[in-house]
Amino acid sequence: MSLDKAKNLDEFMEGIWRQNPVFVMALGMCPTLAVTVSAINALSMGVATTFVLVCSCLLVSLLRKVVPKEVRIATYIVIIATFVTVVDYAIQAISLTLYEALGAFIQLIVVNCVILGRAEAHSSKVPPLPAMINAAGMGVGFTIGLLALGTVREIFGNGTLFGISLFGESFQPWVIMVLPPGGFFVLGGWLMFFAWWAKRKEGSKAVPAEGHQHA
Amino acid sequence: MNAPATPPSAPATPTVPMIRTLGLVAALCGLIIVGAYQGSLSAVQENKRIALERAVFKVLPTAKSIGEYFATGNGVTVASGETPAGAIRFYAGYDEKGQLAGIAAEGAAKGYSDFVRILFAWVPDCQCVTGFGLVASRETPGIGDKILVDKDFLANFKALEVRLNEDMSALANEVKTVKHGTKTAPWQIDAISGATITSRAVGKGINDASQALLPRIAGHLDFIRNKP
Repeated sequence: MSLDKAKNLDEFMEGIWRQNPVFVMALGMCPTLAVTVSAINALSMGVATTFVLVCSCLLVSLLRKVVPKEVRIATYIVIIATFVTVVDYAIQAISLTLYEALGAFIQLIVVNCVILGRAEAHSSKVPPLPAMINAAGMGVGFTIGLLALGTVREIFGNGTLFGISLFGESFQPWVIMVLPPGGFFVLGGWLMFFAWWAKRKEGSKAVPAEGHQHA
Repeated sequence: MNAPATPPSAPATPTVPMIRTLGLVAALCGLIIVGAYQGSLSAVQENKRIALERAVFKVLPTAKSIGEYFATGNGVTVASGETPAGAIRFYAGYDEKGQLAGIAAEGAAKGYSDFVRILFAWVPDCQCVTGFGLVASRETPGIGDKILVDKDFLANFKALEVRLNEDMSALANEVKTVKHGTKTAPWQIDAISGATITSRAVGKGINDASQALLPRIAGHLDFIRNKP
């Protein structure tokens, strides 16, 4: 694998694993908890946020040499708000039912700190290609985070996955899963799982090193 | 002893380049927004039309086409554009033969979490409400949303009496939601046990909207029957 390809892959993977917006950085918690009552809502919000992330980061990167630092935040917010408006119209054109399900959280993508954070900390300092790749990785990582919550909440809270019934009519749904506390429970569960996983990985790396020292 | 050297500060950007950059970005973003709006307008309008038709056909199953009207203090007119101040928008459903199947109108009342907005069907021949559907609701899942699936509750709307008084100035009897198991009159709604607040919101929504709309259209039913 060439050095450029390896670097691009590293940029992309950053948002999916090492700096996952939901499970590592705990950013964008508002939509993470609010819209993940179903898998389709979670997926749609993830895709919408990814679109805004990639487009905003591309434009911020393209304009990085002409935007004076004194007005950069105002500029980034205008750019992000523009692409959120585009997404807003696009979702209305695709499905009004989905638009109503996501509600005000579509417009609230403007203030999702994942996007402004990427624009300020990364895209404003690098050329367009790495900016887009990094943003895409962050978007995919955010979508994975939302889907992880949405699937669990829909399965237990409604007995369905993407609207398809899993357990038949006899299933008694755990209504709390689709209520706000359910969002916190499931997020807590996933964070616990990822913390355990990270610790386990660290442990498996540390054991051979210690073994070598003792030997 | 020498004073510590201060780091050189970056030169301040002059005002004109800042304004120029902001203007450029604003113009570019404006173009993108207007382009997206124009590009999606027809699809959004089509989606809204389909959603409206679906909602009306759901509450008026025999309807095959829809007419939109405004009810004002002066009478009834065919709807076009935004609803004028003081007017009420309503929909007439027509069957295959073009006969009036019923009137669909929106009602809203405060529920447990937020306003429960419904679309209900009123049939002039029986002067009764024959069904309703949800337009928007944020009621508790598993409790408030029983209004759409509870068979006993839905049985209230087989022919809920919503009749005008003799001078057609108001409803003869107020539509009222009563406690589960205490319904005694055809204009009462038997609430769902455990979801009384949402049940009441449905009843109040129908009552308030009917009180406002029906006296206005009562004298113009012949106009509405002639499909536009």
